Amino acid sequence: MKNLLIATTATLALVSGAAFAQQTVRMGTEGAYPPYNFINDQGEVDGFERELGDELCKRAELTCTWVTTDWDSIIPNLQSGNYDTIIAGMSITDEREEVLDFTQNYFPPAASAYAGLSADADITGGVVAAQVGTIQAGHVAESGATLLEYATPDETVAAVRNGEADAVFADKDFLAPIVSESGGEFTFVGEDVPLGGGIGIGLRDSDDELRGKFDAAIQSMKDDGTLNTMITKWFGAEAKTF
Amino acid sequence: MFASCADPSLLSGLDWLACYLTSGKHLDFYRSFGTVLILLAVTAPVALAFGFAGALAARSQLGLVSILGRGYMAMVRGVPDIVFFLFFVIALDQGIEWLTHQVRCPDWTEPIRNGLEFRVCPQAKVPPGAAPQSVHSLYGFGLAVVTFAIVFGAFAANVLLGAMNAVPRAQIETALAYGMSERQATRRVLIPQMWIYALPGLSNLWLILIKATPLLFLLGVRDVVYWARELGGSKTSAYEYPHPDWRLYYFLGLLVFYLLMTRISELVLARISARLSRGQATMAGEAMRKAGATA
Amino acid sequence: MSCWETLADYGLRSLGVGERLLPRSDFTLCQQVVLIGSGLIWNIYFGALALTSGFVLATGLALAKAARSRWLRKPAEWFIFLFRGSPLFIQFFLAYEALVMLPRQGIDVFGITVETAWLTRAWAGALIVLFLNTAAYSAEIFYGALKSVPKGDLEAAEAYGITGWARFRRILWPTMLRLGWPAYTNEAIFLFHATTLVFFSGFPAFQQRGDALYYANYFADKTFNPFVPYPIVAGYFILLTLGLTLLFGVANRRLNRHLAPNQRPRLKLRPQIIR
Repeated sequence: MKNLLIATTATLALVSGAAFAQQTVRMGTEGAYPPYNFINDQGEVDGFERELGDELCKRAELTCTWVTTDWDSIIPNLQSGNYDTIIAGMSITDEREEVLDFTQNYFPPAASAYAGLSADADITGGVVAAQVGTIQAGHVAESGATLLEYATPDETVAAVRNGEADAVFADKDFLAPIVSESGGEFTFVGEDVPLGGGIGIGLRDSDDELRGKFDAAIQSMKDDGTLNTMITKWFGAEAKTF
Repeated sequence: MFASCADPSLLSGLDWLACYLTSGKHLDFYRSFGTVLILLAVTAPVALAFGFAGALAARSQLGLVSILGRGYMAMVRGVPDIVFFLFFVIALDQGIEWLTHQVRCPDWTEPIRNGLEFRVCPQAKVPPGAAPQSVHSLYGFGLAVVTFAIVFGAFAANVLLGAMNAVPRAQIETALAYGMSERQATRRVLIPQMWIYALPGLSNLWLILIKATPLLFLLGVRDVVYWARELGGSKTSAYEYPHPDWRLYYFLGLLVFYLLMTRISELVLARISARLSRGQATMAGEAMRKAGATA
Repeated sequence: MSCWETLADYGLRSLGVGERLLPRSDFTLCQQVVLIGSGLIWNIYFGALALTSGFVLATGLALAKAARSRWLRKPAEWFIFLFRGSPLFIQFFLAYEALVMLPRQGIDVFGITVETAWLTRAWAGALIVLFLNTAAYSAEIFYGALKSVPKGDLEAAEAYGITGWARFRRILWPTMLRLGWPAYTNEAIFLFHATTLVFFSGFPAFQQRGDALYYANYFADKTFNPFVPYPIVAGYFILLTLGLTLLFGVANRRLNRHLAPNQRPRLKLRPQIIR
């Protein structure tokens, strides 16, 4: 009887898994953008997107593994099939839409913000630091301020601290804990700037089936409110929800 | 690691530091030193093999083979290795998958290249999609080794070619006069004699290889630089061990590691050189003979 | 937009001349070739200046390392070991970290304020690192060459009454250069390749003015296709390497012009790679 049971569950798993029965879905992330995604002290991927991704995989009945990669090559590596999704705080933009497919957003259009050492830091004519290759870097280049680009988000913050730049421009949710824990050293400057169309999971154009599954799973999480709970858990009560 | 580390926020001072330095992430960091050493140990012979093939090809009587060998050396050596690393690994990965695709899925009708997308049939994925992460890491490491070997092979080929040309021509002519074939002369006379001429160049190359390993993280391998950056960066309270920007200390640690590696290599290479020079008709060999005679 | 207009707009973009904004959509091959070529100006700037200034220091270091006095020899040995024994990558990082620690208002020296802010800019900071680095590598080459200057040459000089500074300038130095030249050519090529690391690690790009690799990275990031921009950089560097080889070949012939043609050493290329 026991053997029979095991056999039945195995068949069920096979049927429901269909195309992905043998294939695990590899989730690609950067692992350097807390609280969205980071490597925790055990050396594992952790953060909002880890928890979200695991929940989505559960709802879509997929087996998922996590892979980290450099931000610079995160899209080419998806294109050549080294992993199947990008879930790395990547904003949905027109440029990216041309080469990728996005699911519906799992995070509302995020505000970007300037942070500096004083509230009157010059953000229109001064020097502003941003991470290279982000939508924020593009925005600064167009804003008239002098753009100073660094390879990692960490370095952009360090640049303001040591006076290289007047302000740093990044996702507000990334800057919020830094500002609040700096003991008054950092402060937000000026108005928040809404950029991009929210954050979605990036997939290859041809992976329509997989995109459908994630879309449905995100929708179900939006409907039953678990997504909002998760956002509040990681980003605090003031964070924008759906 | 220790039971007392369960809640780091309660710790302070040395206890905190002890727990911090033995966190899972730090253990990964310490292991990555092993990764670097393994890479060096594996890459050196593979690069030497590439260099050997390149040098022999360049010396070949066949025009086409010779052009291939010389082209390899000139192209790879003309390009900064960092540029090479940035696109070559993806190209290599796609090349391998394209080949397996041709073998395993000959009936596949959909295009492999679709815009920027590269798509082979699922059976041709290397490594297979369902393989555990360790296999993927191993594959990534393998790609890194091959890439390093191709770059350093070109330099090794150049050194070996110079060394082969330095072996007195008369030696080979004598071998041929004794009725050896071109191949026999190469294998029995040329190759055994060339090592002493190649050693200075190869030692230099080894020292450069050691210093090129920080580029591993470009190839997607989590090496010492990756971890030093990751661990050193400032940590907010999302982490168990929040701290400010400590990258400077981590990089100073790396500096010591590389200086040590260089020093040890220099000492070992000096020994090898002394041993190889013994009884050789070179200046160093002559100096040894004289020193022995006067003593 | 024709390619000529692109050249006018972006040809000197890396220096801050021309269009302020980089192309943002509809990327053409021409734009990539022009902008990456524009970035090459910085590679040549870093390479050429570091090489010429490093040459002077290298000569001094080589002489110090060959000196009898410990006080000269030991510091030179340590300097050379430090810069040859560590990756350039880490040198850039440490130098940048050290330079940003300087007070930003400048330092007071005898009542005069010395500006320090410019030191953290790549054009100065990275140049200093490259200068010290190439000095160390070249010094080791020159030291080796100095050790193999034929004893007979020096004895002959003394017999003619040439001593001291004149002996160094007319006998020792030219012979050292002649012997060390092939290896020094490699060092030069190797240095130019190393300039691609400036903006890649350590120093930030200011107003999107970067070197060839910086722009290649920009395009790879925007077009999501690494297979166009990086080979363009590679092509530029193959040309640069060829040019450098020719230039050093001319110098090599001049250094050896007193020798019979069949005795002149052929310049063999053995450039080193990343440090």
